[in-house]
Amino acid sequence: MTRISVTVDGVRYDDDVEPRTLLVYYLRERLGKVGTVVGCDTGNCGACTVLMAGPDSSPVGVKSCNVLAVQADRGEVTTIEGLSERGGPPHPVQQSFHERHALQCGYCTPGMIMATVDLLAENPDPTDEQIRAGLEGNLCRCTGYQNIVRAVRDAAAALRERATAAPAVPAARPAADVAEEVPA
Amino acid sequence: MTVTDERPTTEVGSARRRKEDARLITGRTMWTENITLPGMLHMAILRSPEAHARIAHIDVSAAAREPGVIAVLTGRDIADAQGSLPCAWPVTEDIVHPAHPALAVDTVRHTGEAVAVVVARDRGSALDALAAIDVDYDPLPVVLDMEAALADGADLVHPDKGTNASYTWVFDSAAAGTGGSVAEALSGAEVVIRRRYRQQRLIPAFMEPRSVVVDPTGDQTTIWSATQIPHILRFLLAVITGTPEHKVRVVAPDVGGGFGGKLQVTAEEMITFVVAQRLGRPVKYTESRSESLMSAHHGRDQIQDLELSARRDGTVLGLRVKLLSNMGAYLGLVGPGVPLLGAFMYNAIYKFPAYRFECTGVFTNTTFTDAYRGAGRPEATFAIERIMDELATELGLDPIEVRRRNWIGSGEFPFTTVAGLTYDSGNYEAATDRALRMLGYDELRAEQARRREAHDPVQLGIGVSTYTEMCGLAPSRVLGALRYGAGGWEHAAVRMLPTGKVEVVTGTSPHGQGHETAWSQIVADQLGVSFDDVEVLHGDTRTSVRGLDTYGSRSLAVGGIALVEACKKVVEKARPIAAHMLECDVNDLEFTGGSFRVRGNPDGGKTLADCALAVFAAHNLPDGVEPSLDADAAYDPVNFSFPHGTHLCAVEVDTETGRVDIRRYVAVDDVGLVVNPLIVEGQVHGGVVQGIAQALYEEAVYDPDGNLVTGTLADYLVPSAADVPDLLTDRTETAAPGHPLGAKGVGEAGTIASTPAVVNAIVDALRPFGVRDVPMPCTPERVWRAIREGGERS
Repeated sequence: MTRISVTVDGVRYDDDVEPRTLLVYYLRERLGKVGTVVGCDTGNCGACTVLMAGPDSSPVGVKSCNVLAVQADRGEVTTIEGLSERGGPPHPVQQSFHERHALQCGYCTPGMIMATVDLLAENPDPTDEQIRAGLEGNLCRCTGYQNIVRAVRDAAAALRERATAAPAVPAARPAADVAEEVPA
Repeated sequence: MTVTDERPTTEVGSARRRKEDARLITGRTMWTENITLPGMLHMAILRSPEAHARIAHIDVSAAAREPGVIAVLTGRDIADAQGSLPCAWPVTEDIVHPAHPALAVDTVRHTGEAVAVVVARDRGSALDALAAIDVDYDPLPVVLDMEAALADGADLVHPDKGTNASYTWVFDSAAAGTGGSVAEALSGAEVVIRRRYRQQRLIPAFMEPRSVVVDPTGDQTTIWSATQIPHILRFLLAVITGTPEHKVRVVAPDVGGGFGGKLQVTAEEMITFVVAQRLGRPVKYTESRSESLMSAHHGRDQIQDLELSARRDGTVLGLRVKLLSNMGAYLGLVGPGVPLLGAFMYNAIYKFPAYRFECTGVFTNTTFTDAYRGAGRPEATFAIERIMDELATELGLDPIEVRRRNWIGSGEFPFTTVAGLTYDSGNYEAATDRALRMLGYDELRAEQARRREAHDPVQLGIGVSTYTEMCGLAPSRVLGALRYGAGGWEHAAVRMLPTGKVEVVTGTSPHGQGHETAWSQIVADQLGVSFDDVEVLHGDTRTSVRGLDTYGSRSLAVGGIALVEACKKVVEKARPIAAHMLECDVNDLEFTGGSFRVRGNPDGGKTLADCALAVFAAHNLPDGVEPSLDADAAYDPVNFSFPHGTHLCAVEVDTETGRVDIRRYVAVDDVGLVVNPLIVEGQVHGGVVQGIAQALYEEAVYDPDGNLVTGTLADYLVPSAADVPDLLTDRTETAAPGHPLGAKGVGEAGTIASTPAVVNAIVDALRPFGVRDVPMPCTPERVWRAIREGGERS
């Protein structure tokens, strides 16, 4: 067993984990963060994507089935469940996925949304082609991706607008950090 | 088409955003794998590495001693309890129907077949202990190729059955009295086209791996499963295991896609059910993706031999289809019937006079096949739409023109086809004309000519697919006549709650289709209540007692009628109550906008909510009136429904590398009247992309020893966003006659239509190279080879 200290969705956890435990199973089985799901065993589908920040690095999208829980030690993880306040307004990416009907069965959706947050942090104004390339690591079997592309486009616009409107608002959560860091 | 916020005055027809989304976008979804119960054990499955072998010996003693292990069980341990997995569609009287044990007993017949299970206190311990199970296999000859399997002296998948042929099913229009003789149509015809097409094996690859939790500790044994068919599962578990049906509760919680792949009573469900009952504790099993790809049923895998005869003016005279359909090692729930769903579709939208279809189901040492999006109809549509293009080429006609000369005119409906179906309605001309305009057909043909003239290394091709399909499964009598084991009716219940809110129970079982939204829209209109005041319940046999679940584009086409009928019954039950409160005669009342009013008096009505509260109190109901505003309805259609459409695909093919790029894809679908255009468009997008995936990317491949070499998502190429194009979609609307919503069903249309459109486009681009076919999936290598082998440039 290895001791880790990790902040997930704004809450700090100190846990002993088997060194072989994958981050996704730590999230699901130890913390009950079952919003993050497992879709494959080869890192191809991206359903398990979360944002992870190290002690000295900013958050990036990772496939949590390709990360050991011990690698998250001293880090911060944001899952789909921490992207917006419960009962509060949804994150712009969540909202645009809803508005654009960018999900059907919804199994890929948490990973797709987290990958989108990551993509837009890196490229706040992507072309359709860049969106498609940027989400290449996330598989969806239902939507044919067209409405996902539309949703990402809308979310990008909303996030740019939000960044312009309130650039100085301090972020309460790591995920919000990502959004707020988006330059105008 | 871009769906805008068109808001008609009715809910039906409006692009409502989905109710389901709130939980799905926030991670508050109830997947089966999320369920954890007190004392729950975890199961892992040891799967066969052999494609065909006798199990000589299994030693589980070491595994049983591993830490955390509660039990290790083999097929012999549960043989009596597990029975045989069901096939509900024995298509002929003399079908060869071998037993299908969930956990192999003596013999394994495909790689990935379950051989033993470990039940442990946690998932990791169960998986670890698998390695400690010692199995001796005596390998047996492996049969993979369908034609080799049927040859004299072939090795047998089921030696005790004496054959690898499961059944041969024939439809002949002359014998059926629905048309003439194909032999006559073919003999001496001016043109006869013969082609062989291969429907490669596909894997449904739903995103949520299958998962099942069984809790045997209550008065009812509860099964949560990632299934499309909770009601059918309950019935069959009861029948097969002898557990009284009322002691079995099945719940399909949120289910992450199916595409037919979860239309199955699975080995994993059966094993978990039996093992949990044996141990008396809750047990969970969730498959890995690799397990899923090798053991969840596959789809397609047919060899299609076609002979089509025509006059030189393009008039088709007859079609003979000879099919080999790979059943795999066993018969799936509806597997043998899948080709039959195609049998009625080879004549497609055309009115030729003679048709014969013959299909042989073949056993091989592969994962068994069964329904995958479209189930039989994509195969048939592919074959006829490909060969119509071949006919056009043979005659020097435009592929659109050859279709025009054969299709059923919009004034000819209802039309009884050579396959004996009566097409309800359609307008092929309108859909085709719109698609041609959207694509810019003439301009692209001109560009194609220029590129051919210039010997451009990147050639342009245009593919046509004018499809129809039979959906809304289905009339129970027809299914019975085809020897299907169940009916095709659907059920709905509507309950008015005392506060005027509405609870709706549907027997359909959505797994991404958005029924909660669409059903709410329908009920809102029928009862005059708010969209938000309707709650749609489904997928739990404790609340949804009756139903036949979701597949075959049936939920709205069949279940939607049951829902409307149930709503109408509620209104009729409320009518005497409203009349009593308004002190008027029931015949003087009209019901509009959710209120009963005395005809001619717009004021002072009573809403359904008023009636619901009156029923709740029941202090002052008219004599003899039941204190209930609940109603049930079950509906059994008298016919299938027949959506149709025209899909056009323009591809650019790099003749030097074989790379195919879809330049423009147009889909004009007529799925009848539409409840929610947003959902319909989404179904078309997803369906088309699955069909494109068959054309370009996906194939389940076995090596000569029967190992699945496409056993991960790194090898089985489910396309990503970067691999598929934007689609241009639009609709024409021809109402389904007799359907209160005019709806025809849309779940499978895109997949049925798109595969031939893409392949026709590729072949069209390569006609100057003498290419007349490229086997699917049309990978760059295959396209390149086809160009090299196709002959010299003309």
